[in-house]
Amino acid sequence: MHIELQNIHKYFGVIKANYGVSLTLRPGHIHGLLGENGAGKTTLMKILSGYQSKDRGEILIDGHPNEFKSPAEAIRVGIGMLHQDPLDFPPMTALENFMLGFDQRLMPDQQAGRQQMLELAERFNFSVDPDTPVEYLTVGERQQLEISRLLALGVEVIILDEPTTGISAPQKVLLFKTLKHLAYEENKSVVFVSHKLEEVESLCDEITVLRRGEVQGHQDMPVPIEELVRLMFGQSVAMPAKTTIELGNIVLKVTDLTIQSEKFTIENANLETRAGEVIGFAGMEGSGQALFLRSIAGLQSVKQGEVFLGGKSLTGQSYRQFMAQGISLLPADRIDEGLVKGLSIAEHFPLRRETPFVIDWDENQTYTQEQIDFFNIKGRPETLVDSLSGGNQQRVLLALQQPALKVLILEHPTRGLDIESARWVWEQLLKRREKGTTILFTSADLDEIMTYSDRVVVFFSGKMIPPISVDELSVEELGYMIGGKQKE
Amino acid sequence: MQHKLSDLPTRIFWVVAPLVTALLFTSALLLIVGAPPLQAIWEIINGALESPQKWADVMTAWVPLALVGAGMSVTFAAGLWNIGAEGQIILGAIFATWIARNIELPQLPLLFLIVIAGILGGVLWGLLTGFLKVYARVHEIFAGLGLNFIATALIIWLIFNPWKPARGATMSGTEPFPVTAWIPRLGSTRLPPLAVILAAICVVAAYLMLNGSRFGLELRAMGKNMRAAFLQGIPTQRHMLLAFIICGGMAGLAGALQATAVYHRLIPRISGGFGYTGMLVVLLAGYKPEFVPLVALFFAAIGVGSPRLELNMQLDASLGGVLEGSVVLFVLLGAGLRQRLNHNTRTALETEE
Repeated sequence: MHIELQNIHKYFGVIKANYGVSLTLRPGHIHGLLGENGAGKTTLMKILSGYQSKDRGEILIDGHPNEFKSPAEAIRVGIGMLHQDPLDFPPMTALENFMLGFDQRLMPDQQAGRQQMLELAERFNFSVDPDTPVEYLTVGERQQLEISRLLALGVEVIILDEPTTGISAPQKVLLFKTLKHLAYEENKSVVFVSHKLEEVESLCDEITVLRRGEVQGHQDMPVPIEELVRLMFGQSVAMPAKTTIELGNIVLKVTDLTIQSEKFTIENANLETRAGEVIGFAGMEGSGQALFLRSIAGLQSVKQGEVFLGGKSLTGQSYRQFMAQGISLLPADRIDEGLVKGLSIAEHFPLRRETPFVIDWDENQTYTQEQIDFFNIKGRPETLVDSLSGGNQQRVLLALQQPALKVLILEHPTRGLDIESARWVWEQLLKRREKGTTILFTSADLDEIMTYSDRVVVFFSGKMIPPISVDELSVEELGYMIGGKQKE
Repeated sequence: MQHKLSDLPTRIFWVVAPLVTALLFTSALLLIVGAPPLQAIWEIINGALESPQKWADVMTAWVPLALVGAGMSVTFAAGLWNIGAEGQIILGAIFATWIARNIELPQLPLLFLIVIAGILGGVLWGLLTGFLKVYARVHEIFAGLGLNFIATALIIWLIFNPWKPARGATMSGTEPFPVTAWIPRLGSTRLPPLAVILAAICVVAAYLMLNGSRFGLELRAMGKNMRAAFLQGIPTQRHMLLAFIICGGMAGLAGALQATAVYHRLIPRISGGFGYTGMLVVLLAGYKPEFVPLVALFFAAIGVGSPRLELNMQLDASLGGVLEGSVVLFVLLGAGLRQRLNHNTRTALETEE
């Protein structure tokens, strides 16, 4: 199926999300759609998959103009999209999710559905158990489920929006193999939306780069990375280097922490961190690192063990007491956990600042504007946080943190951010480190872990491997440890 | 840019259009039953406004509506579907009655005590919903509904058993309170000016609290996203209980005023359904206390005006309820429609990474 997007326009208020974008998708090709956050990639693909309406322009399918008003219509035509955050139904089983949308009878044929699901799983080496509720699946498994579902619905064009965020390295390998198989063996058209250059380089046949809603270039691969960076940003940006500092006294001490979860028990985890130390937490999603860090933040109840801050035990205290004593958490889910959707940027500050009972809104407005300028947030004080891009949401979250934190915990601090924002985030974190804040962060990006950590902690299936100094570790060794193996 | 579609003429349109549609809808119903709509509407307006006596009646009905509306704007702001105001009014009236029947004091301190007791009664009932919600994880809709039924049963039992008049229990309620327990009325009308003042204070307080205080902002944050609010460090459980306390207090005050200022006794229908009508008021006011007084006035006027339909046109007075209900439905419908039209503008930005 040959698809042509012609002169697509989409405005959100005054913002041009797409401005005259044209794009051709050919069967048997993997097309990379590149661009930094807010470049208009997701919008364009949501228009193609019927999730969003366009303001102007045409979509030609095999030369014929086509209008679809919903994802269901797009799927019927043969276009399916995997969204950045899986749009599935967590309490329902994998099979029930799989069968959504394609069996319209009152009593869906479970047997046939199961059969088809298992066949697809076998064909692509997927590992999803049909009877597991989706909430217990990893992001990678949910992705496999969604790919199977779209294939069962007969799509010819499959769009993946940032599919490698939050999935493990082996899952990524499998995903790429699957996509290549779909394009080259089954002659489907694959669109890979990403801002990760290495991935685009290793996977795509051709690329289109978007910037501020416009096409910056379309080229056949291979294209030198510097050229891609130039197209995406106008200039190349380097990530800030870690500064060496003298580590201070022990700030945080965790002794014999035992945490029970539905999948496993983390047993007797110990950790000591110094002021200004950065510790990266690696591991496949859901291996226990999030539970461990959330228990240090006071959000997760523990079975036994203690958390000491500056020598004082925090055991049995509430999350708010943890916070009051200088431990703060920036959740991975910035818009559903980190910020309060529906409130403006200005309305967030009184929640975190020392504010008298009666809020001085004028003063707060001035303060917010100062923070916006200082943190270079693209928005006005009255802008709702939900309308900010991921990078700007992270900037607001950092702006909200008290200056003198003892421990700052970040889940995937740069996930989904463009390079410019990611660079900025680490600049801020390094500054805090220099002021003596201990920084604990999780990341699926091993380079990020290796670049910024002083020591690295690996979690595998609920087992914590004690911290290793980053000087004694290579990316390769780290990769093995995440997979539960030791490199000989 | 979320204000782009909200210039003044557009905003006025979205207020007026649903009201006109509701009037047309009610008129169509009237035509079906063979009554002249214009005359019916005229009767309602006239019935509510023809004399100072009627104006006073409208204001008397306005008091509980404004109080319940203000209270519920607080719980709604916190994202709580508090439907328990009916029960909270009743408990307020019961507590007030107990004081009026049992305590002998000069008028001023007695009235003060009655009002405080009424507030406490409402607070107690609101807090029960809150406890069920926070500690027992019972959804506030079911907790509120259940407690409304219990409150209704309780008031009937009290009137027909321990508090029945010497001449025998009837639906007309208890013996009148001693005169010292009456809140004074304005001249020969039924309007207690003190009640109006108290209700106005509550509306203003709710507005100031929600828009000017840190606590109000925190409640609004909870209403937007409870989990994120908790992670921001807001004590969500305590705040939920406080919201129930505030709403219960205002509803309880309404109940006390109904007993001590309007009826001077406890009657089975003391709440007058204001706990439910008050919900319509706050819905129509868009959960904003600043719009509650006006909407409450509108509902009060319809309530006072519609009995005229029975008198002059042999139509059932419940037609007023039909008009109230259809106004709310069409306003909600209009809001939904408006949101749909704005949808792309609103949600699209957040989806763009």
